[in-house]
This record gives sequence, C-alpha cells and structure tokens, in this order.
Amino acid sequence: MATRYVMSIDQGTTSTRCIIFDQQGRLVSVTQREHRQHFPQPGWVEHDAVEIWRNLERIAPEALRQAGVGLEQVAAIGIANQRETTLVWDRHTGVPLRRAIVWQDTRTTALVDELAARPEASMVQKRCGLPLATYFSAPRIRWLLDEVPGLRERAERGEVLFGTMESWLIWNLTGGPDGGLHLTDVTNASRTLLMDLTTLEWDDDLLDFFGVPRAMLPQIRPSTETYGVARTVLPGVRIGAALGDQQAALFGQTCFAPGEAKCTYGTGGFLLLNTGKDPVRSTHGLLTTVGYQVGAEPAVYALEAPIAVTGALVQWFRDGLGLINSAPEIETLAKTVDDNGGCYIVPAFAGLFAPHWRSEARGVIVGLTSYITKGHLARAVLEATAWQTREVVDAMNADSGLALRGLKVDGGMTADNLLMQCIADVLDVPVVRPMVAETVSLGAAYAAGLAVGYWPDLEGLRRNWHRAAQWLPAMDPARRESEYDNWRRAVERTFGWLQPRR
Amino acid sequence: MPGPVQSIQRGAAILRLLARSSGKLGVGEIATSLGLPRGTAHGLLRTLQLVGFVEQDSATGKYQLGAALLHLGTSYLDVNELRSRAINWADALAARSCESVKIGTVLDGQVLVVHHVFRPDDTLQTLDVGSLMPMHATALGKVLLAFDSGAGAALGNGPLEAFTRRTIVAPKDLTRSLAGIREVGWAAQVEEMTVGEAGIAAPIRGHGGLVVGAIGISGAVERICDAKGQPNTALVTFVRDAARAVSRDLGAARW
Ligand SMILES: Nc1ncnc2c1ncn2[C@@H]1O[C@H](COP(=O)(O)OP(=O)(O)OP(=O)(O)O)[C@@H](O)[C@H]1O
Ligand SMILES: [Mg+2]
Repeated sequence: MATRYVMSIDQGTTSTRCIIFDQQGRLVSVTQREHRQHFPQPGWVEHDAVEIWRNLERIAPEALRQAGVGLEQVAAIGIANQRETTLVWDRHTGVPLRRAIVWQDTRTTALVDELAARPEASMVQKRCGLPLATYFSAPRIRWLLDEVPGLRERAERGEVLFGTMESWLIWNLTGGPDGGLHLTDVTNASRTLLMDLTTLEWDDDLLDFFGVPRAMLPQIRPSTETYGVARTVLPGVRIGAALGDQQAALFGQTCFAPGEAKCTYGTGGFLLLNTGKDPVRSTHGLLTTVGYQVGAEPAVYALEAPIAVTGALVQWFRDGLGLINSAPEIETLAKTVDDNGGCYIVPAFAGLFAPHWRSEARGVIVGLTSYITKGHLARAVLEATAWQTREVVDAMNADSGLALRGLKVDGGMTADNLLMQCIADVLDVPVVRPMVAETVSLGAAYAAGLAVGYWPDLEGLRRNWHRAAQWLPAMDPARRESEYDNWRRAVERTFGWLQPRR
Repeated sequence: MPGPVQSIQRGAAILRLLARSSGKLGVGEIATSLGLPRGTAHGLLRTLQLVGFVEQDSATGKYQLGAALLHLGTSYLDVNELRSRAINWADALAARSCESVKIGTVLDGQVLVVHHVFRPDDTLQTLDVGSLMPMHATALGKVLLAFDSGAGAALGNGPLEAFTRRTIVAPKDLTRSLAGIREVGWAAQVEEMTVGEAGIAAPIRGHGGLVVGAIGISGAVERICDAKGQPNTALVTFVRDAARAVSRDLGAARW
C-alpha cells in the first residue's frame, strides 16, 4: 500500500500554511502564502476572508505536488487557525458581509466598557473563563450586528453565519452554500465569550448578555473528530480536526499531562499550561480555556497567558521603522552591541494582555540617551519578548503553586538564538525547542491523524517528540534582578496613556 | 565566442539609470528613457527585484536601487536569515537521518556554524552555533571550498593542519578532492577531523545558483558509513534532498 500522510492547514494571522507530515511526524513538504493586513483606522485590523480562502485553494494542491503525494494518500486534514478573528457571511451566497475583524483589533473598546458596566458583567468570566475584553469574539459580533443594517434580523433568521477562521474554511471545504458544514471546535468556541466552560455549549445568558442570536452560531464539536469529507480543493479527504493555533501547539508539543506547558512565539506569544480535566481559575491574570477534546473523551483544560505583541514588534521594526530588511536580521543587528544600553521597549501597541490586561496602555521606548544606536533598539526589541515571557511565567507559577522547571518553545522566533538565550537567562530555566518548530501545524496534523486512526494514541505521539536545541541560563542573578526591575518600571510607564474621550 | 547578452546589457542600463536619478522611477519612465517596450522593462525589473538589486515602493509602484547592491561584496544572505529559512528542513533532515545537523557558512577561511539541530535521541548535547571549524577537514567546509572559489584563499599554499592520520594536508590532494566534490555535488569526511567520526554535506544555493552555505550531518563513523567505509547512500540522499529543499525555498531555480 502506498505511504500515507496527514495534511495540516495553519491559517495564521500573517499567512496560511499547508504542511504534509509522515507517520513519524516529520515534515515532508510545506507551502505558505501571506495575506494582506488591512488597517482602515488606528486600532482596526482586518483580513479579507475570500483572499484567505483563495490562498488555501492554491497552496493545498501545491503542498501535495511538492511532496509527490496523491489525494488518496492523505489520511486526513487537520486545521489550526488564528483564534477570535470574527467573520460573518451569507449562507446562500457564501459572501462575507465585511472583512474579518482580527483578534488584535480594538474597535470594540467603548462597547466593552459599556458592557462591563452592567450588573450582570461579573457572570461572564465565571461562565466562560475569560475576562470581558476586546480580544475575544463576542463584542465583535455585537459590533457587526449594531453596525451593519439589517444584519440582526438576517442573523436571527439564520441567513447569516458567524464563524472564526476554522468555521469559514470547513464550511467552504465541505461545499459552502451547497450544504457546507457550519461548525467549530471547543477550543475555538472557548474564545468567543459565549460558551459555558463546563457544559461546552453555547450559553443562553451569555448570548443574551452580548445580544447574539443563536441561529448564526456554528455547532460546537470536539477538537478531533471526523467532521466530514472535503468536496473541493482536497476532494474526498476527511477533515479530522480543528483547534485554535495555540491549543494546536500545545498538542503538537505533546503536552498531554497536567503540569506540562509550552510557549509559542509568532505574531504574539502564548504560554499554555495543561491543567487536566478541571478548569482552573486564575487569580493572576491568566485565562481559563479549553486545551483540546479528543473525540467523546472529556475536555482537557488549560491556563493560558497571551502576550499580544512579540514577533509583531520585530515586524514593526522592519516595516514601520525600516531598520532591517527581514525579521531574522534583528539578531544580526542586536549582536552589534553587547547590551541594551539602558533602553527598553514595551510594545503595548493594543494595550497589554496577560498578566496586566490594560487596554488603555500604549507602547513606550524608555531610557533613550544619545548613546543609543539601532543596535541597542534591536536588543530591546528581543528583550521585550523575553521579559514579557518572564511576567507570564511568574503569573503561571503563582497560579499553579509550582515553579516551571523548563520551557518548551516553538514558533518562528525560535530560530533566533540570541532571543532563546535571553529567555533562558531571564527565566533562569532551560529553554527547549522540539524537532518540529512548526508545532501549530504538527498539532493539527496529530489531532486529525488520531481522529482517523492514523496514529493510535497520545502515547505514540509523545514518542515522536525530540529535543532539537536547548539553551541554558547563564546570567548573573544580580543583573537579572536589576534588569527585571527596570523592565517593570518601563511597563508602568505604559499604563493610563489612553484617556477616556472628554 | 558568443556576443554580449542583451538582457544583461539592458539590466545594467536600468541599474545605471536608477543610480543616476535622484528619486524613484516608474516602469513607464524607465522604458521610455531606455527605448524599451514597457513589457520588456517590466520583465527586467521583476528579475532585478527578485535578486534584490532593485526595490519597488509598495505604495507608488516606483523602483529604486535595492539594498543588496550596497553590500554586494559582503554577505549575500544574512546568516540569521539563512537559519530561519532552513530550520524546517534541517529539522526534517535530523529526524530522517537520526543524526545531528549543522549549517555552515564561510567566515575568514573557516566554517562558521550558523545552525545546529541535535541528534534526535534526547541525550545531552550542547548547541554549537557560533563555533568555527576548519574548512579542509569537515564535510561542510569542503563543500564550501568546492563551490566558492574565494573561500580557499585563506588556506594558503603550504601544508594544511593535520587533525588525524586521515586529514587531507597536501594542497594538491585537496584540489583533487574538491574537483570530485564539484562533480558529484556533495562531500563526505571520514575520520578526517576526529577519529571515529564522519560527516556528509551538500551545498545550499540561492538565486542564480550561488552557494550561500552548506548543510550536513555528522556522527559516529559506523552509523554514517557502510561496512566498506563508504558514506551510506540513503544518508547521502537525505542530505542532498534537504539541501535542495532549502535551495528551492531560497529561490534557486534548478536545485
Ligand atoms: N529570527 C527571528 N528573530 C526574531 N523574530 C523573528 C525571526 N524570524 C521570524 N520572526 C518573527 O516571528 C514571526 C513569525 O513567526 P511564525 O511564522 O511562527 O508566526 P506566524 O505563525 O506567521 O504568526 P501567525 O500565526 O500569528 O500568523 C514574525 O512576527 C517575525 O517577525
Ligand atoms: Mg502561527
């Protein structure tokens, strides 16, 4: 019998990737395509969902061609996606009503303040595990319902559908207007503010609170399950999994036991800790979220610390300031100096996420003197990711009552050795990168492969995990403390920058 | 002897024109200035853009000289970018070969290790990125010597340092060995650096086929070589496939 493979689709914030993996979890081919970022106003970020769908139509067959693999050799497709990005589209035409509103978008700030002032607001976090913030989907749905004439009525009649990117892709793959399946998985649903974290169902009180009609919502399903068969792009192939990208990375890092954690460094940084069968409530600014649900088994929960801006700061250094030509050159530039020269950058571009949750914060560069060169700024860019990691690890340690003994990392920024060393230094624990840096994709593939029996069980997947690189801490403790102190003072300077409109 | 190649002449004229002009030029202006059909000028500009010699302003669509022209003589591809672009394939090579993987470039007559993936057996290993290795005694180094005529300059004409009994020390032996490497497209090293260890490497090519680095595996000689002491052919294939995949991603057309 011909060798069989699993294909992953990673629909990310900046690009969409298709990767084909073999049974040992080794990458066989990879194709990728970026999509445009639309910034129609300060604080607004949008994606064209049709462009993203077209990109997938191109890169999925290309990945097969590159690998020399036929459709019949693909055991299943697994999807991982940027989370919380909100789309509504017409059920009959398949046309989106607006561009998708991206997770970084802060247009709902005023709406969220208004909702937070209501007496029932305290129910939100208890029910869904998330603080009421612009980061999540429900306020965006509400914003669209208020903004687009006639949308609410059409949504109530079920003519308009809501979904995050996995729902959009699955609906299109399974036929679109012609019988496409409208569903989401528990991990993505757990990021809407609309799902009850214990029943794993849409919650009537939350739907009422946000004013979202149930008829527009997708059906919630486990993360790994054969949802259906693709009718286009990859016709005949089973769709075996969907997970939010960060949960997919947790899965790809095989963090299957309570206490296991990983941090993924892409556009943002996301630390997730497996907490087992029970949702753990944070008292230190972390989110409670669903880690994954394998078929009919009980869901596994996670504590999550999202950092809004990590790689995006490097991207800004490249595109906004034009000081480098490619992201990896940040390391070259940073190495032209020995330290940050006293300079710190806090990238509170859209406020600060964990552990601070300050939507009114805005970014600062502090410690500027005439001594500072672009090399020092490049160092400060990388250190910003390291110190933000330190803050969320401290919060995680405080919540779990255990000290993290090592950090498993993945994502595009792990190619940066200076950054990885810096993270090991400021955390004072070893930092370990696994053999597949594209852990988001690997996790989606693992989940889909499990659903169709391509891989037998979680233990089998664990055996595929191998250490590809390790960085050991080597920083003088006194220096670590004084630098951390400087960082914290820099962070405080971002607070309260945006003032309510007078 | 064939005559001058027209498209190169035209490309050079475009570069001169852009260098002379103070601002940025549109494709129409360039075509008119040089008396070229618009489509031809556009095609040339696209190619020059691909190799980094011109850049296009995304807002206005106009062209200017590219950053790559400014450091033509120095590093062609930033080593950290090389690592980022190669990381997926280096991982896959380590997973397939069950050996450690390194990527090297030339630095002052030595091999600079720019990327290192551990052997996937989860034993204790330390990251070697940033270390330097001799060119003539490593598979990575021999690949770099074979495909980069400038790289050998620093080795000089005298005898080379011997690390083991099998190190190639006579310059003329090295020259012969490099010719063989150019012919087959990959290099091996068997106990030439350290007794008991061997390695296999192949070139990474960028635009136009220019060699920008080498990728290879190294490990115990009994795993890298077959019973006759020859590099294991399956491993050679893995290394060459990985080198080709990275080269393809970097834009080398034929590799
Ligand atoms: N060598 C490097 N040093 C520092 N940052 C880097 C390096 N290489 C890539 N990055 C940054 O990492 C990010 C890309 O990583 P990755 O590909 O994992 O993200 P992504 O998956 O595209 O993100 P998303 O899923 O949000 O679209 C970019 O923001 C880029 O600036
Ligand atoms: Mg991603």
